Amino acid sequence: MARCTRRSFMKGGALAFLALGSAPRFLLRSALAQERTGKPKILIAIFQRGAVDGLSMIVPHGDPDYYAARGGIAIARPAGGGADTTIDLDGFFGLHPALAPLKPLWDGRRLAIVHACGSPDVTRSHFDAQDYMESGTPGVKSTADGWLARGLAAMPAREVASPFRAVSLGPALPRALRGDVGAVAMNSVADFDVKEAPVVMGGAGARQGFESLYEQGVRDLLYGTGRETFDAVQMLKAAAPHRLAPAHGAVYPRGRLGESLRQIAQLIRADVGLEVAFADVGGWDTHAGQGNERGQLAFRLKDFAAGLAALDRDLGPRMSDVVVLTMSEFGRTVRENGNRGTDHGHATAMLVLGGPVKGGRVYGRWPGLRREQLYEGRDLAVTTDFRSLFTEVAVKHLGAPPEPLFPAFTSKPSAYPGVLA
Amino acid sequence: MRGAVVVTGLTLVVLAGAACSSAPPPRRAVEAPAPAPGPAPSLTLPASPLSEEQRVLHALNRLGYGPRPGDVERVRRTGLAAYIEQQLSPSRIADPAVDQALTGYPVLGQSAAQLVRDYPQLSPQIRQRVAQGEMSRRDVMEMYPLERRPAVITSQMQAARIARAVLSERQLEEVMVDFWFNHFNVYAQKGAVRWMLPAYEREAIRPHALGRFRDLVLATARHPAMLFYLDNWLSTRADLMIRQGPNAGRRMGLNENYARELMELHTLGVDGGYGQEDVIEVARCFTGWTIDRPQQGGGFLFRPQAHDRGAKRVLGQTIPAGGGLQDGERVIDILTRHPSTARFIATKLARRLVSDDPPSTLVDRAAATFQRTDGDIRAVLTAIVTAPEFWSAEAYRAKIKTPLEVVASAMRALDGRIAPAGASEAPAGGVALAREVGKLGEPLYEAQPPTGYPDRAESWVNTGALLGRMNFALGLAHNRFPGARVDLAGLLGPVDRRRPDQVLDRLLAVILNGEATAHTRAVLAAQLGSPEITRITAYDRVPKDTDVEKLTALVLGSPEFQRR
Repeated sequence: MARCTRRSFMKGGALAFLALGSAPRFLLRSALAQERTGKPKILIAIFQRGAVDGLSMIVPHGDPDYYAARGGIAIARPAGGGADTTIDLDGFFGLHPALAPLKPLWDGRRLAIVHACGSPDVTRSHFDAQDYMESGTPGVKSTADGWLARGLAAMPAREVASPFRAVSLGPALPRALRGDVGAVAMNSVADFDVKEAPVVMGGAGARQGFESLYEQGVRDLLYGTGRETFDAVQMLKAAAPHRLAPAHGAVYPRGRLGESLRQIAQLIRADVGLEVAFADVGGWDTHAGQGNERGQLAFRLKDFAAGLAALDRDLGPRMSDVVVLTMSEFGRTVRENGNRGTDHGHATAMLVLGGPVKGGRVYGRWPGLRREQLYEGRDLAVTTDFRSLFTEVAVKHLGAPPEPLFPAFTSKPSAYPGVLA
Repeated sequence: MRGAVVVTGLTLVVLAGAACSSAPPPRRAVEAPAPAPGPAPSLTLPASPLSEEQRVLHALNRLGYGPRPGDVERVRRTGLAAYIEQQLSPSRIADPAVDQALTGYPVLGQSAAQLVRDYPQLSPQIRQRVAQGEMSRRDVMEMYPLERRPAVITSQMQAARIARAVLSERQLEEVMVDFWFNHFNVYAQKGAVRWMLPAYEREAIRPHALGRFRDLVLATARHPAMLFYLDNWLSTRADLMIRQGPNAGRRMGLNENYARELMELHTLGVDGGYGQEDVIEVARCFTGWTIDRPQQGGGFLFRPQAHDRGAKRVLGQTIPAGGGLQDGERVIDILTRHPSTARFIATKLARRLVSDDPPSTLVDRAAATFQRTDGDIRAVLTAIVTAPEFWSAEAYRAKIKTPLEVVASAMRALDGRIAPAGASEAPAGGVALAREVGKLGEPLYEAQPPTGYPDRAESWVNTGALLGRMNFALGLAHNRFPGARVDLAGLLGPVDRRRPDQVLDRLLAVILNGEATAHTRAVLAAQLGSPEITRITAYDRVPKDTDVEKLTALVLGSPEFQRR
């Protein structure tokens, strides 16, 4: 943490803030809890918004009902490494050919897949299902905070508090990170500062003025956020992560996801105290013309896989502290619809990758694709509750206590999918 | 000569009844509208704990994009009730500033078919020739200049939306257009939607913004932009076989996308009491509602051979077999008259106009009005603005501004000018401002999911967004956005720049209408002594001069200005 000493808050400072009743949220924890030392474990959560078709992403090519249900949009059976066929993983499941960049991670046992994973709630509304997956309370809309925020807030503080424990790349803070953790949302690491006009006579300029404006005031969303903003700005200026070029020859795909992942890697490499990063990527709602080995969905998957592979390469040995977890609000209908697309379904597939992952294996019980095996006669059934998977990752990897993650749901370690050692 | 024409937010007209102030240079004289001849206002506003000035500010902030200098006084002269009544009948308000500004955005008036011809997609053949090195980028630019590309359509739409929010006298209408477009969202970047976008707002949203809810639902349901965005144009009866063409022999079928969002997002709300069976039945009703050649900008078409002729059952009501085109209209009748819809729409309107979690008494009242009037939007709005909850102390300044509201209200507060499109010195001002709205998290016409943008504080207040708002404030005060200009010297009027305390008083009065907290006032006053604010100018070392730009930016970036 040497690089960010400029604003490293120690316990005493935090308590002084508390006495004034105006402490930024990220300091509250450090003042109240025991300390942790050493490099943090990092979770990168990636939300595929719009409901990704798990059956095209991770293809059950060994299930004959898959090809029966899907005429034009099925992904062709593996054919000896042919470019436009499923990439076989274990004789039953395979990767969509556009996910080829992830195959080395699978081979290196650093990529695990949980198939037929999803929510116990029946909704097929994008909005509600995303909301439930992020609040962590399927079926309950009144939950104010998100599962990742609850997990982080309940963890013992680190020796040096950081405003960058939780960061989301994008203009808005996702539901999963709202709560008492003071998560930061940013469009761009490089632009995360007040853009000063030339400062006359060497003063600190407008930033100081804005900082003073948000320094005191009632403890509401606006003032609280304002205070957190300036702590974060100061620290980031000192750490200067935006100067770090991708390492190990990593090349990120152009586009929003690639940009987000590139900047998450910068924050990790700059040691700003990041523990949870969040990025999202849209375009999965393929109701019409979703394509098969090529086409609309393949295009999205290619970008997705290239981004993840670049991140893995960029972080190199640091991946031993990192777990990437991908999620989507639900899957899509097993049967192709009338427009060479798929409608809203139920279970989908989620990926877990990183150094600590017990990879090279598809986890979860396969429920089958015969009509009587389908959820409501149309969708892939859920055999792994997403909360079991998320709990395992948060508890085993981050060291979060299990209780606050998913209220009204207790996931015993015996029910974990087992993706982490 | 076009370069000289500048439209301001303050000039050109106004509230019917108030005199027109003199306009700077436009050659075309603008007639002041005759004083409103109408009867005395029939709108009765309830008692309120707010002061008279606060009530006027509240109305300008909630039923519009905030006050311009002098607006509070003008509304007081007109009378608050009379002003609101005028806003509820926008067609009677003259709007010459907008009429003039819109001449710079020709796509707004054009049909989808025209736009497909004028702003064609780069053909795959040309892309291929570029990829193979047969054509240079320069050749492409010559053959296919930037100003003829489809991106121009969205860009003009975005710029025009901002120009209207800043300039229009029909402020409530602009707020409602924004509300309904967002409610019936379509995404400009999805396939052919871009070319249909101007017609969608012009034909389906704007004419009904204060009209009947059923007309809105029907107009959006039939509009090619919605049919394309939510895929209904492809949805057919389950057993339809394609007879000819490259897909001959292929089976078509249902697409549930529109049916689901129609109920979840447009009418009943997600908890409005429908199930998966209803989604399928509603989708069956809308089979055959399609587009006549979408890639060429065609219109609505009902294709009987694609329609499912069987009987359907929607929310417990039977729709008999053989209804054809009318099946969909029957569904719209059922849905728009359903009590869940009244409640859902009343809640959303109250959230927009009153507070993030509006009082249930207010929602009840608005929903009852919705049901009683069969979805008369003007009547529902009237019920909300005449409710005590609208004028309560809890509602006052309770809403956090959306990015569009931040940008438009800042331009209005500073009486900013938007250079007309086509002016030689700069791109149309709305374009640069639209980019700012996008950077703050609300790129107009580019919300990908059908939910549109959220309308709650948590969605807009976060560290990055606040920084963005401060940077926007700095950029605007320093005139860094091409085509948008603020004249701070003019805004200060007779105030002496050498007296920082007077400058601050003036800025707080103009931008925050005196509604600054003691803390904000104290912080800003403390800044006055710092060399950043009170600087020694290069051209005249004595006496000191106030850095009005920085002070203005601080006021625009203050917590107070983020609220409305």
